[in-house]
Amino acid sequence: MIAGIIDWLGDPAHWAGDDGIPHRLLEHLWYSGLSLLVAALIAVPVGLAIGHTGRGRFFVVNLAGAARAIPSLGLLFLMVLWLFPKLGGDAAFLVPNLIVLIVLAIPPIMAGAYAGVEGVDPAARDAAKGMGMTGMGVLRKVELPCALPLVFSGLRSAALQVVATATIGAIAGLGGLGRFLIDGLHVNDYSQMAGGALLIALLALVVDAAFALVQRYAVSPGLSGRFRTRPEPGDQPMDVEMSVGQHRVG
Amino acid sequence: MSWFVDHLDLVWTRTLQHVYLAGLPLVVGLLIALPLGWLARRYRGLYAPFTAGFGLLYTIPSLALFVILPGILHRQILDPVNVVIAMTLYTIALLVRTVADGLGAVPDAVAQAATAMGYTRGRRFFAVELPLAVPVISAGLRVAAVSNVSIVSVSAIIGTQQLGLFFTDGFARSFYDPLVVGVVACIVLALLFDLVIIGVTRALTPWVRATGARA
Repeated sequence: MIAGIIDWLGDPAHWAGDDGIPHRLLEHLWYSGLSLLVAALIAVPVGLAIGHTGRGRFFVVNLAGAARAIPSLGLLFLMVLWLFPKLGGDAAFLVPNLIVLIVLAIPPIMAGAYAGVEGVDPAARDAAKGMGMTGMGVLRKVELPCALPLVFSGLRSAALQVVATATIGAIAGLGGLGRFLIDGLHVNDYSQMAGGALLIALLALVVDAAFALVQRYAVSPGLSGRFRTRPEPGDQPMDVEMSVGQHRVG
Repeated sequence: MSWFVDHLDLVWTRTLQHVYLAGLPLVVGLLIALPLGWLARRYRGLYAPFTAGFGLLYTIPSLALFVILPGILHRQILDPVNVVIAMTLYTIALLVRTVADGLGAVPDAVAQAATAMGYTRGRRFFAVELPLAVPVISAGLRVAAVSNVSIVSVSAIIGTQQLGLFFTDGFARSFYDPLVVGVVACIVLALLFDLVIIGVTRALTPWVRATGARA
């Protein structure tokens, strides 16, 4: 069995062409990256605004919980059935898949952005106001930098969610690495399925590590404490990977 | 609606299968996560490797895990045991950190008071520390329960018997009724799991209501 997977992965024929591994990987990254970007453009500003004004707190907290209960596979099929006849050509499969990816990515990103701003030390906020900053100034120069660790952990959970759901999308006509899994299933070729599954697992681990790295270097050193050699007395260790919005449904 | 009434038996059977596939891993996962979380708390050096290691497990997409596991376990791909094990792994991945953090949140003064009253280490754990950690552990368990219900439905792609088969049936025939029934049943099931955990938590933490203390 293991030998079969190694053979499958090692076969040069599986590394070339439109249904080769590199092309499928690029497709997977393209769907995931695009969905994550669109979701972030919607969810980060909304989450920051809710955290800053305190209005809509109930909405964001419950959205993350409710989204967890929605089965992604069912949502995906409903969306494809509904939109497929309305669209034509490549878009018929692509658009409903992307909509589902974006919808699933929004709640964790929004929850992260909201929780990040909400958790900012009120003294820092007051100090910024006392220095004469306007509401926007406080948000941009104080709240956003302080919220970054949680903004990133929201993005990170969303990225995992999107990579996993993009895999499932293969059953609804989407390209990407999930194709190997679904196509292998149809022709009863376990080596192809397992080879594809291993690549997907690997991709998820690499994406997660990449986010951890970006998170580490995008957050102000004053917050992450990575340039501090000795902890000061009374310091709380900062947990930048707090599981805000952490969830998966796929 | 008439489709639902006509297929009540099938909906019920698949609901029970779904309860089994999503529920059993919650119980088993919690029982495994409790000692692991305790270890991570007791020996500080284990906390980082435990939480990071199990976190990696959580990273693996469910469909990939459903396909890889039968190969590792030498089982048929349709064997429901694969799904139970995959879901148990996800549950452990989420709960080890929650258990460790929940035990860590027990105030030192309380633990010391118990020791001063003559509690042995073991009795102190079961009678004082574990009960006080229940609210935190229960919050983690609720997240695991609700996402388990959703993830189990994905295993319909490889053909496992549960509510998710209504999704694949409906999609294959371009027929909305089973799809909608499946989605609603999944959401209702997730809600029920959530309510059961909330109920058990309330029963286990009478002091929260008695004193109005915050969890």
